[in-house]
Amino acid sequence: MEALISIAIGSLTASGIYLMLRQRTWPVIIGLTLLSYAVNVFIFAAGRLATGLPAIIAKDAPGYTDPLPQALVLTAIVISFGMTAVIVLMSLGAWLTEGHDRVDMDDREGEGK
Amino acid sequence: MHHWIIAPVVLPAILAPLVVLLMRHDLRLQRLFGLAGTAALALLSVALLSAATANPAEAYHLGNWPAPFGIVLVLDRLSALMLVLTAVLALAVQAYAVATGWDARGRHFHALFLFQLMGLNGAFLTGDAFNLFVFFEVLLIASYGLMIHGAGGDRLRAGVQYIAFNLIASTLFLFALATIYGVTGTLNMADLAVKVAALPEGDAALVRVAAILMLAVFAIKGALVPLQFWLPGTYANAPGPVAALFAIMTKVGAYAIIRTTTLIFPPDTPAIGSLVADLMLPAALATLAIGAIGTLGATTLPRLAAFAAIASMGTLFTALSAFTPQATAAALYYLVHSTLATAAIFLIADLVTSRRGSAALAPQGRIDRQGPLAAAFFATAIALAGMPPLSGFLGKLLILDATRGDAALVWSVILGSSFLMVLGLSRAGSVLFWKSHATDTAPAPHPPQTAAFAAVAALLAGLVLLTVLAGPVTDWLATAAQSLAEPDAYIAANRLEEDP
Repeated sequence: MEALISIAIGSLTASGIYLMLRQRTWPVIIGLTLLSYAVNVFIFAAGRLATGLPAIIAKDAPGYTDPLPQALVLTAIVISFGMTAVIVLMSLGAWLTEGHDRVDMDDREGEGK
Repeated sequence: MHHWIIAPVVLPAILAPLVVLLMRHDLRLQRLFGLAGTAALALLSVALLSAATANPAEAYHLGNWPAPFGIVLVLDRLSALMLVLTAVLALAVQAYAVATGWDARGRHFHALFLFQLMGLNGAFLTGDAFNLFVFFEVLLIASYGLMIHGAGGDRLRAGVQYIAFNLIASTLFLFALATIYGVTGTLNMADLAVKVAALPEGDAALVRVAAILMLAVFAIKGALVPLQFWLPGTYANAPGPVAALFAIMTKVGAYAIIRTTTLIFPPDTPAIGSLVADLMLPAALATLAIGAIGTLGATTLPRLAAFAAIASMGTLFTALSAFTPQATAAALYYLVHSTLATAAIFLIADLVTSRRGSAALAPQGRIDRQGPLAAAFFATAIALAGMPPLSGFLGKLLILDATRGDAALVWSVILGSSFLMVLGLSRAGSVLFWKSHATDTAPAPHPPQTAAFAAVAALLAGLVLLTVLAGPVTDWLATAAQSLAEPDAYIAANRLEEDP
């Protein structure tokens, strides 16, 4: 299970970074999303992997799994979802007004308008 | 005084939705409540500052949950100073935005502005590392809205870059937090200070990785080389008043580095050692050099201001990487100074650009109100370059005094870059004001905008005040730096020993 989780986090991060380095906004956004998936699983794993255990201390259970990372992941998911929505809308706006979706810009264009 | 600690977060958090929901069709009401909210924040911050001066660090336990489990807000001298600085800057910038009509060029300026202040205040107050992440996101999402205020294709595209950079930074921050939690089992900063100091040797490598990841995140915010690429494009394309407000955004990175390196990862911790200082000093000197060279090479006035901001962050981080109370006090003095000076140069750049119709640093005809603008630019340039008599000179002097140990390298970079900045700023000033003064064309008519000039004058008056009151201010900051170096009061305020 540890190996499976770490391979999953590793491949998500690697694909995320590769896509992030592309020149068009759409792959960059997908890359950012993959990276945030990777970090969500990573946070989850930071509370140690325990299978079949409740997230609260109960008398009849043999142990418990750390509930705090689950709360942290929830917060991180909500925030990254919102941020992704913002960047999607902004890139759409940039694409519609400019007619292309390249990420890089010329230093001198349009400053101080 | 106790419950007032949370007021700087709650007040804008309540006011901003009201502005969005109830006043979205009435700009005058938005302006009234926006300005009133910021003014109230300023009063609150001053009250908290006087409380932090009289008392040791004080913690506010949210929901009264005991410290390592619940979230705490901690008020000490450093956070109170940042609150006051934010509120004063925000008031001047908001007044400027109202006076120039920038807030009418798009929708929801004042609501976003208040949300931004909520995030800033929360980030300065929080005593919990994950909560710091959450407040970072609050201030960022508001800054995205402000950054593209008034829209336009280039601004949108620069905004996409800015968001992408910050999303990467946020993801790195989460990786760092998860690693820290995996090693220590806590995210409360005071608890982390205790746990990291007593860490078994086998875990030291993991904590070091987390510490560097975290510092990288704060370095992105603080525009430390090699993570400064986002800054010139963002600041130069942002609306003038927003760029001026962003002068405090880079300082959030500096604040977070001060807080974490004094509290959680101090150099005397065996797991950290001199690791942070060894990385930060070369990066800071490179930042300073690149900022100074950038002011020489800038082709537009907002870009010149952005590189001046980078140079000021370089000076600040140079002082911070000495890790002595004296250097920290000098850095804090310079932090206050550079926030006001950077904001002033962005506002002046906006005033000049709106009169010239172009931002390019090229000779052009005379502009309306050339005299006062040239005077304001001259004063701000003196402050930015660190020439006497303004506070930039005193700040650099304090930093030079605090870095005697490494004088050959640090002094030559600071002094050399100051010289480059003098050159860059005087080149810009002579192109903008002297060469155009020689032409005979009458200036194009423009609204006088007296209130906008008053806002710039207020920022410059802040610089003068900082210079005149340098003695008491540095004494106060020395005490603040001392309590940062010995964070016992900060840790005690969290009442960790009351664990059930």
